[in-house]
Amino acid sequence: MARQLNRVVSITGFVLLLLLLIPLTGWSKEAIPVAEDLEIEKRMLALTMDLRCLVCQNEPISDSRAEFSNDIRREIREQIKANKTDEEIIQFLVDRYGDFILYNPPVKSTTVMLWFGPAILFVIALGALIVHLKRRRVQIEDISLSQEQLEAAEALLDEEKKGKNV
Amino acid sequence: MMRYLIPLFAFMILAAFLLVGLSLNPRQVPSPLIDKPAPKFQLNQLHEPDKIMSSDENLGKVWMLNVWASWCVACRDEHPLLVQLAKSGIVPIYGLNYKDERNTALQWLKRFGDPYAISIIDSDGKVGIDYGVYGVPETYVIDKKGIIRHKQIGPVTVDSLEKTIIPLIKELQQQV
Repeated sequence: MARQLNRVVSITGFVLLLLLLIPLTGWSKEAIPVAEDLEIEKRMLALTMDLRCLVCQNEPISDSRAEFSNDIRREIREQIKANKTDEEIIQFLVDRYGDFILYNPPVKSTTVMLWFGPAILFVIALGALIVHLKRRRVQIEDISLSQEQLEAAEALLDEEKKGKNV
Repeated sequence: MMRYLIPLFAFMILAAFLLVGLSLNPRQVPSPLIDKPAPKFQLNQLHEPDKIMSSDENLGKVWMLNVWASWCVACRDEHPLLVQLAKSGIVPIYGLNYKDERNTALQWLKRFGDPYAISIIDSDGKVGIDYGVYGVPETYVIDKKGIIRHKQIGPVTVDSLEKTIIPLIKELQQQV
């Protein structure tokens, strides 16, 4: 009886040991390289960080998984391989998609308000604040009381104090 | 009185800006290609893949280039209008089959009708990039000299056809 039990235990142990081998049978694969050429990928990423994905407009192309961004990334990789400079690549995209693709648009007649609008608003607000403060100072200085008025005010305050003490 | 009127005016100006902002469509990005020569292409035809169509073949006539794909849902909305326009014979429509599978594209045309004089295959979207395509469907009106005169982003509508596209095509056809 004890012998049989012993056997069962050892067979189970053996099977369990075999199970431990399963992970070794090779479900693992070699990691797919992120990019063929790290240098190209670095330049491509640096470029696409400042480019707008036109499909998902608040996302840079470098972060976007949209089909459009995939295509632009592929296009930029190809152009880098073809020894184009960064300026040439940016110009290529601007020619096709317009300044809108740039997160950092150039100063032009159409983008003047974009660049200087906030500064203009700030100057207006600052002017309004200064005018307001000056007016207030004039109002404060204007209030000068005569001797009698002061005495009357003091008398009123005294009365109040006495009233409180009671 | 002024103390109450100034904030009111400021609010009204702000409200006016916001109201205009609401009615603008951020998807309508103005194309820099308007009034510029249409990018040239040489692509295989969808129906006869051995044959190549070159954009130069269309010099001398006003034509429309419609970017479409069988996976594009909005293309279905505009498709009946394109079929109707093609039937009217006002303008030849060429189809740029954008990043599509040939078989599904052919089936799609069989099912919904084929308004295109010729459809060409842009399987990797390269010509699409040249034309600044980012949201299918897009439609270009190209004049006799091969210059892009109009770009419609998104599906064409009865309104856009009647008010903009057809009058423009008729005007362009008058030019030598």
